[in-house]
Amino acid sequence: MLTLEGVSKTYRVGTFGGRELVAVRDVDLQVAPGEVIALIGESGSGKSTIGRMVLRLTGVSGGRITFDGVDITGFKGKGLRDYYAKVQGVFQDPFSSYNPIFKAERALELLRQTYFAGLDGRRWRDKVEASLDAVRLDPGQVLGKYPHQLSGGQLQRLLVARALLLDIRLLVADEIISMLDASTRIDVLNLLGDLKARGLGILFITHDLSLGNYISDRAVILRQGEVVEEGPVERVFGQPQHPYTRSLLASVPQLHRRWDRTGRDREPAGEGGG
Amino acid sequence: MSLRVDNLKVWYRTLRGEVRALDGVSFTVADGELVGLAGESGCGKSTLGKSLIRLDGRMRHVDGTVELDGKELPIGDSERMNAFRFKEVSIIPQYAMSAMNPTRRIGRLVAELLESRGVRPDGVRDELLRRLELVGLAPEVLDRYPIELSGGMKQRMVMVISTLLNPSLLIADEVTSALDVSTQKAVAETLVSFRDRHYVKSTLFITHDLSLVYQIADSIIVMYAGRLAERAPTDTLVTTPRHPYTRMLLSALPEVGVRYGDRRLTGIPGSPPSLLDPPAGCRFRDRCPLAFDKCVEQPPFVEVAPDHQVACWKAF
Repeated sequence: MLTLEGVSKTYRVGTFGGRELVAVRDVDLQVAPGEVIALIGESGSGKSTIGRMVLRLTGVSGGRITFDGVDITGFKGKGLRDYYAKVQGVFQDPFSSYNPIFKAERALELLRQTYFAGLDGRRWRDKVEASLDAVRLDPGQVLGKYPHQLSGGQLQRLLVARALLLDIRLLVADEIISMLDASTRIDVLNLLGDLKARGLGILFITHDLSLGNYISDRAVILRQGEVVEEGPVERVFGQPQHPYTRSLLASVPQLHRRWDRTGRDREPAGEGGG
Repeated sequence: MSLRVDNLKVWYRTLRGEVRALDGVSFTVADGELVGLAGESGCGKSTLGKSLIRLDGRMRHVDGTVELDGKELPIGDSERMNAFRFKEVSIIPQYAMSAMNPTRRIGRLVAELLESRGVRPDGVRDELLRRLELVGLAPEVLDRYPIELSGGMKQRMVMVISTLLNPSLLIADEVTSALDVSTQKAVAETLVSFRDRHYVKSTLFITHDLSLVYQIADSIIVMYAGRLAERAPTDTLVTTPRHPYTRMLLSALPEVGVRYGDRRLTGIPGSPPSLLDPPAGCRFRDRCPLAFDKCVEQPPFVEVAPDHQVACWKAF
């Protein structure tokens, strides 16, 4: 479905644009229907840049991105509109994804103007309710509300519902649960799991390895714009090959397993004199 | 006993009334203890941290006392608190990235800060250099502007500045949430080493991340909707939690190795009550699967085992 071949992105930096910064270097990647690919990396690894290139929010400097075999870089006008009917993104901060002076459902209304202009009010409402139902939101609790009246989890699910209105086939989920509380982030993850079961392909971008493995089929570990390791999640997390992957995994705080402390054991509180 | 907080209530003034963000909180922190304060957004954990050092204009000290090393902290009186700030109580703020004055070289910033507290910068310069080395910063950072440092470097610099006068209590408020995992580990371990080296006597480590606090804390306090839900030594809290909220929160955490297909985790349905006019009784009862008639009364925060306190009627 989605294929990246040797994709690179360079930015011109410096006062006169004289230097080049390589944000993404020669990345190959594929997402099939019903498959979740975790794109994992620390800040500056280029993971969000890849997502932005797939969503056509930024250009590609080298290589090719194709969707169903068609190069996406050439899309304009109607072609781009059709592409966005199949591919949508949801981002990290749900609060800044909405215009605070309008009601939250305006995010859905804007889609209607572009894609469902012919739909009458009743059928539109049914469609909205069906997609809210899919993300387990109660229409009565979210419609007619302003963004500040809703929780982060509700806003984030509303954005996924917005994407689902379009019957999309690929979702680019860029750190979509990083800002949510622990008790609600698992609901959004489960939601993505349900959507995956319905055939949606998901590019799941995250810096958090423990979230990367819950719903994903394959993991891609990025470091400074390059793929250092890639494979089925069980293997990447179970037998990491690259030293960088191993050091990342060792740094993840986990319950029931303490960090290896080099050269020092923990002293119990209060001991050791003053 | 280094810190003793007794029935502390700090509310926020808003146009619609008072928000009971911190509503009757009691606990102690022993000398040398590193206590993790965990909870979700809006539970009052940051309010508690701020209350111990500086109430902002919207906050009102309603009730309760705070004692540090046997002396009462005048938390409601900002002028009198000045004598304690930085020297006795210090904070590493949540946004260390923007905690330093961008118009000053760091060395000058530190000197000005010390002078404002009546401390001669020359007297602590050697100690400052020693601590910079400990956190892996070269002495040259003192000649740089904050903007020239990376996020992790700024974080470490702020940690050194905050603890320079060996405060009795250090409040670390979400100090790692903006950092990458490897930097996060380094920062968390630095906090432990500051404690081990007696740069600080006791530490209150505020975080939303239970698996992080599990790595470094001696004991963990879990807050919910302005009150303490549970407190226990770290291993006890994580392996045998007694409060339904703690249990549900722990079981909602995806861990490396747990897969959606094999074992489906569940979140906690519902959301915390509004603290503008919170319901009487246990504040978790609307979301609690164990709730029964008694829960309309507020459960006391009592010891159910040595060092293990819980506020739940079902835990007795």
